[in-house]
Amino acid sequence: MSQSTDLDLVNVTKQFGTHAAVNNVTFSVARGEFFSILGPSGCGKTTLMRMIAGFENPTSGDIRIRDKSMIGVPANRRPVNMVFQSLALFPMMSVGENIAYGLTCRGVGRAEADERATRMLERVGLKGFGERRVTALSGGQRQRVAIARCLVLEPTLVLLDEPLGALDLKLREHMKIELKQLQGQFNTTFAYITHDQSEALVMSDRIAVMNQGRFEQVGSPRELYHNPATPFVASFVGETNRWQGDVASASNGAVTVRLSTGGMLHGRGGVSQGAALSFVRPEAVALAQDAAALSSLPNRFEGRVSAVLFDGAASSLLIETPGFDQPVRAVLPQAGPLAGIEVGEAVHLGWTADAMKVFAA
Amino acid sequence: MKPAHRLTLFLLMAPAILWLGLLIILPHVEILILSFSQRVAPRVYEFGFGNYLEFFTEPLYWRTFARTAIMSIMVTVITLVLAFPIAMYIARVAQGRVKAMLLLLCLLPFWVSELVRTLGWMMLLRETGIISYLLRMTGLASQPVELLYNDGAVILGLVYGGLLFMIVPLANALESLEPSVVEAGFDLGGSRWTVLRRIVIPHAMPGIVAGSIIVFMLTVGNFATPVLLGGKNGLWFTEQIYAQFITRFNWPQGAAFGILLLLLSSAIVWAGLRLTRQSLGTTLRQA
Ligand SMILES: Nc1ncnc2c1ncn2[C@@H]1O[C@H](COP(=O)(O)OP(=O)(O)O)[C@@H](O)[C@H]1O
Ligand SMILES: [Mg+2]
Repeated sequence: MSQSTDLDLVNVTKQFGTHAAVNNVTFSVARGEFFSILGPSGCGKTTLMRMIAGFENPTSGDIRIRDKSMIGVPANRRPVNMVFQSLALFPMMSVGENIAYGLTCRGVGRAEADERATRMLERVGLKGFGERRVTALSGGQRQRVAIARCLVLEPTLVLLDEPLGALDLKLREHMKIELKQLQGQFNTTFAYITHDQSEALVMSDRIAVMNQGRFEQVGSPRELYHNPATPFVASFVGETNRWQGDVASASNGAVTVRLSTGGMLHGRGGVSQGAALSFVRPEAVALAQDAAALSSLPNRFEGRVSAVLFDGAASSLLIETPGFDQPVRAVLPQAGPLAGIEVGEAVHLGWTADAMKVFAA
Repeated sequence: MKPAHRLTLFLLMAPAILWLGLLIILPHVEILILSFSQRVAPRVYEFGFGNYLEFFTEPLYWRTFARTAIMSIMVTVITLVLAFPIAMYIARVAQGRVKAMLLLLCLLPFWVSELVRTLGWMMLLRETGIISYLLRMTGLASQPVELLYNDGAVILGLVYGGLLFMIVPLANALESLEPSVVEAGFDLGGSRWTVLRRIVIPHAMPGIVAGSIIVFMLTVGNFATPVLLGGKNGLWFTEQIYAQFITRFNWPQGAAFGILLLLLSSAIVWAGLRLTRQSLGTTLRQA
């Protein structure tokens, strides 16, 4: 394996009884990379992470860190540290002791460990908090202690198991940015797991989308968003319209889908016959007041606004359109004549064939 | 508060007040008063500290107490060391039905009275008992072995009787330790010993303190076990109290010993708390 990878998983499987929580997963994480594993709850993310940390043994496959196999190496000997979902700070120790704990375990002297802990606290913006009890910290501060406790050991790899899950929305948005900055500052490799696609998209260099123990696709946030490889990725990452139908004709990647409710759609995909799933992002749906403006688009329809979902920059419209079994979702224009559109108004809509991904259902 | 409320409150608390008053405070006040009346001539008593002085001037008495205290501390420590892995197993490894079974198993010996339990040990340990028989059968001993009537037998019996009272508070305390906190201890490089010393034991401290206090107080105040298993070598302080009350019919002396037992064993508990830097308040709150 190449020299520049910090972590390599090769065909890793974890079986609980007959249920494969992790099923034949292979991936590599490059040095200094922010790698995320994104998947719905129960898909096996924690199990995967616990195998890397050394709390579970894979049923088969190999886990390598800097080219050394970790099979049989106990958790306390691995150059990996984990930020737990529950943070798992030591309530019987002060903040400073929490951070110095790992250092003293390594045989660093008391005085030096304390000094390094103090410096680390400064770096994560908790200067002077060393003597506090961990129970006397706010959610965001506890978060930082949990991360500082790992970073002070200068591990090859930091594992983070949904560390922002317990925070409220505002703080979560803030911590997303802070985490990314910390990772850059310390230049440490992060493997981050989450079920929140926005966390993954914002922070990661690369994302693996996981479903039922398997990896569906690995790629950069943009790749996953714009070129999903599977219907699961298309619907799990980002907002999207999703319609079910049958392939009417297909040639050279251009596919025409007939919806059961009558609509004919033109998109692109590898499917040539049978049932098909079509996906169109709301922001790819062009809106206009008259049909002429959309005449160049292969998919053109006319509908009536059934709901305006106002959410600032993320506002969208639901458009009841003949031929579709459910309303088409489109982004609410922020300027121009359509910015003030109201429920009940008629509107023309359309999208390019490239904007519509078609998969076999 | 409305009068009706006050009455309800009083009625609700009445059993507790009666319990405290009639069964604990009243007899102790009696005993305390009794302990200060010293005998100056047959049937003639007057107020004085003579009964207490007797304890310090007669070596047999304070030596018996010192022996009782030291052995009780040993029993407490041995019980703690034995109970810890058992409690650990019950709290952290066993699941569901196995857990309930194990706790029941600990409880089972308490179905029979202490006297019968101790007699059971006598059956096992006496010269013609099963253990002696087995030792002879396997050739480890050439003649019957008397295992009763020594300190070892007393400690064995007392540890056996105290185990449950140590296991329950310990298991309780250990149960509330989050598994991920222990895992974090390992993850950050801690060895088993480090995790035990710096994470598990500090977390279990309230349980350790509570269990140790209960076991120590039960042991110091035990009567049947040291008398039956120790025989005339038992020399437990409660025997002295019994002798004063029943054999010598010197109730004031017995009362003074009773008060001394209470005070001295409380002092030992207090010293123990100070030594381990624990406070009774936090123990009660967390136990
Ligand atoms: N120790 C275990 N024993 C049996 N099944 C388990 C164990 N740990 C996890 N699982 C199962 O494995 C699956 C994946 O769990 P997990 O890795 O925690 O998912 P996630 O973190 O993605 O929510 C779940 O169905 C869960 O019930
Ligand atoms: Mg999880």
